Amino acid sequence: MKLFAKLIQQLELSNKTNDKITALVDYFNCADDRDKIWVIALFTGKKPKRPIKSTLLKYWAIDITQTPEWLFSESYANVGDLSETIALLLPPAENTSDFRLHKWIEDLHDLQGKDDETKKEFILNAWNKLETQERFIFNKLISGNFRIGVSNKMLVNALAKQSSLDSAQVMHSIMGKWDPYEITFGELINGNHVNTDNSWPYPFCLAYPLEQETEKLGDISDWQAEWKWDGIRGQIVKRNGELFIWSRGEELVTEQFPELHFLVDVLPDGVVIDGEILAIKDKKVLSFSTLQQRLNRKTITKKQLEDAPIGFFVYDILEFETKDYRAYSLAERRKILEKLIGDLDESVVILSPVINCKSWEELAELRQTARELNSEGIMLKKLSSHYHSGRKRGDWWKWKINPYTVDAVMIYAQKGSGRRANFFTDYTFAVRDGEKLVTIAKAYSGLTDKEIKEVNSFVNKNSIEKFGPVRTVKPELVFEIAFEGIAESKRHKAGLALRFPRILRWRKDKKADDINTLEDLRELLASTM
Amino acid sequence: MALITFTKRGIYCKQGDFYVDPWWPVDYAVTTHGHSDHVRFGNKHYLCHTLTKPIIKRRISEDLNVETLNYGESIVRNGVNISFYPAGHIIGSAQVRLEYKGEICVISGDYKIEDDGISDVFEPVKCHSFVSESTFGLPVYKWQKQDVVFDKIKNWVGDNINQQKTSILIAYSLGKAQRLIKNLAGDVPIYVHNSIANLNEVIIKSGVNLPETIRITPDITKDELQKGIVIVPPAMRDSRWIKTLSHPVTGICSGWMQVRAHRRWQSADAGFALSDHADWPGLMEAIKATEAEKVYVTHGFTAAFSRFLNDSGIEAEEVMTKFGQEDDEENKVDMDATEDRNVETINQSV
Repeated sequence: MKLFAKLIQQLELSNKTNDKITALVDYFNCADDRDKIWVIALFTGKKPKRPIKSTLLKYWAIDITQTPEWLFSESYANVGDLSETIALLLPPAENTSDFRLHKWIEDLHDLQGKDDETKKEFILNAWNKLETQERFIFNKLISGNFRIGVSNKMLVNALAKQSSLDSAQVMHSIMGKWDPYEITFGELINGNHVNTDNSWPYPFCLAYPLEQETEKLGDISDWQAEWKWDGIRGQIVKRNGELFIWSRGEELVTEQFPELHFLVDVLPDGVVIDGEILAIKDKKVLSFSTLQQRLNRKTITKKQLEDAPIGFFVYDILEFETKDYRAYSLAERRKILEKLIGDLDESVVILSPVINCKSWEELAELRQTARELNSEGIMLKKLSSHYHSGRKRGDWWKWKINPYTVDAVMIYAQKGSGRRANFFTDYTFAVRDGEKLVTIAKAYSGLTDKEIKEVNSFVNKNSIEKFGPVRTVKPELVFEIAFEGIAESKRHKAGLALRFPRILRWRKDKKADDINTLEDLRELLASTM
Repeated sequence: MALITFTKRGIYCKQGDFYVDPWWPVDYAVTTHGHSDHVRFGNKHYLCHTLTKPIIKRRISEDLNVETLNYGESIVRNGVNISFYPAGHIIGSAQVRLEYKGEICVISGDYKIEDDGISDVFEPVKCHSFVSESTFGLPVYKWQKQDVVFDKIKNWVGDNINQQKTSILIAYSLGKAQRLIKNLAGDVPIYVHNSIANLNEVIIKSGVNLPETIRITPDITKDELQKGIVIVPPAMRDSRWIKTLSHPVTGICSGWMQVRAHRRWQSADAGFALSDHADWPGLMEAIKATEAEKVYVTHGFTAAFSRFLNDSGIEAEEVMTKFGQEDDEENKVDMDATEDRNVETINQSV
């Protein structure tokens, strides 16, 4: 555990990717193989099952430190993390422990099903032999996620470097289905499990936003342009008679989308296709808010199936006749795909259409009509490009249309969590409705650290009332809020809700009198219906 | 009537007609210590500890009209007896004890309990009412002994030197810088920014035993700096000069570094929880030792800390001051930064 605690500390100490990779490589060089398995599992979000509720941890900590509950809450608000708050509140440990990470995880696992008294005794005993940093990690093992700025890619690069394997191969291995209790480090890294596992997907190829003039991309005939769809990016895998649907979040979502289950009968074995799960009716894409009704549900009602039918727009083919086609050119892959999907002649699984344009100007003009199709812009893919693992600059670009914007005034502020626990970073915005102000969005990103400090200082000086963590502030600061869509909403007082609102910029040049009105937004809503 | 009232100019003693650490100009300002949120320009008279005098003259103006007291000494002003006791915060920091017709009030300014090796050690003073800060008034703030922290810093510096990195410690030029110098001196040379070197000069001149440091000048090579410790004030953190050093890594020494969220917010390469303010147990210990019937809680976690005191049977009241907003160290940093920035412009060559 000490080694792992040191790793976490090193990862937190640096902002530089290279330092983090070095720290990971150092760790993988000297850690116990059984520990490494768990580090990979934890960093890729494969959490062990919670043996204990975090509220119990909180009450046990309150109990042994004799801290009033309200003071615990104040401390938590300042620290921004429950595991850490507990670790800092506890008195210094009286013993030490040499247990390794996997041993702690196994012991915690064994607590499943035990009574609360047994659990409490184990936890208190553990707290009393761990240092503050180790305690923090121990609590995290029970209650939370490790969010320490290690991306899958960073982890994979470190593993590849340490084991001298190809990083795409390692990415494959850790993305597949594996059980940290069963697999050995060697098996995992060498990908033994992925060969026998029918389900494994490929890492998605991702695009960077286009920041340059399209003219600089060269001749348009070297590029394939497609509409950029706003849904859930997914991969459909059909192998040995089984069908799997993966989302980009590396989650298996097969059960959520029964409309696609027929593919198990019509797709040949050894096929992997990449595309977008969308709400589709009569081969037309519906708005994202329609699709939303279908997401993250355990059961789906008949009504939901009728109201929000889904389909799959296919972008690419990665595997065909059990062969990995990712190193073929896009032009070649598209040919295979057109044949495969065209033969299906289906109304829910459709080829994402290619936009044929003679010039960049023509394409730019077409791009402006994207919203009419419920698309968010254009994707540009080089015809000669391979299907890369992850994000790679140069071959794929997303060329989004500009977002909608509204000028609104800040009326509430709330402190952030984690890194921003002590600054007012979450703001609620309002527009004018006659004499009144009505809230339309909450947003928390898009400002620089310096601006956040400035707003923070404004909030401190201009608070009107305090409701728990929320302050009402004088309506003075005007921000330009960008958003992707607008929908009717009964939940919100304004009667409408903005999709993906974020702060575009702070309009220091504008006063609260200059902001938009609710009527402006209603007009926009009407125009998109 | 109470010995002190809290006015918009600051803490006021009506009986004696003077202010303690006022933030607007007054006739007579009793000064607890030399940090810029406690002593401002424009007062007609200043009363401070002997060691604070050269510091504020250097930082504010040579023309200030300053009277001084040593710890334990007192003067009487309009019948109010004023005396100073060590606050342990920085060099020259004093708790101000006021006595009038048997009524005793202590205004502690900023303070810490632990002996930092350079400031006179905090001395509890019995009183009827006590004004306490609460910068770290939450139970998650508990400091490790400074020896432990300094060992961590020394290890960090040692590792950096071996890995060809340059160790840069960020510290207020008054207080934290001298504490670091005193406790880190001996192994490798310590290089300090002008604003720190200037203050060190006046501090040494007034008789404080401060280890030798080297003022950073353009003559000093990057290689020399890489093999030592560089101490600069917060304003220099993002300066171009730091970027020109060989593999610079920055370490912040502050009580806020106790918490991951603050460490990450500061995005330094290392954070060391080392504070010149009392931690939670320190605040509680200090307050209990005063046996005060009434505690006024100023800057920091005022609401939580005063509620806890009240619940523990010690009458406490939250007081709004300009000694920093609630849990907002930035104000103080910025004020110090402005001063340091001026120094920086004068010495652009560095």
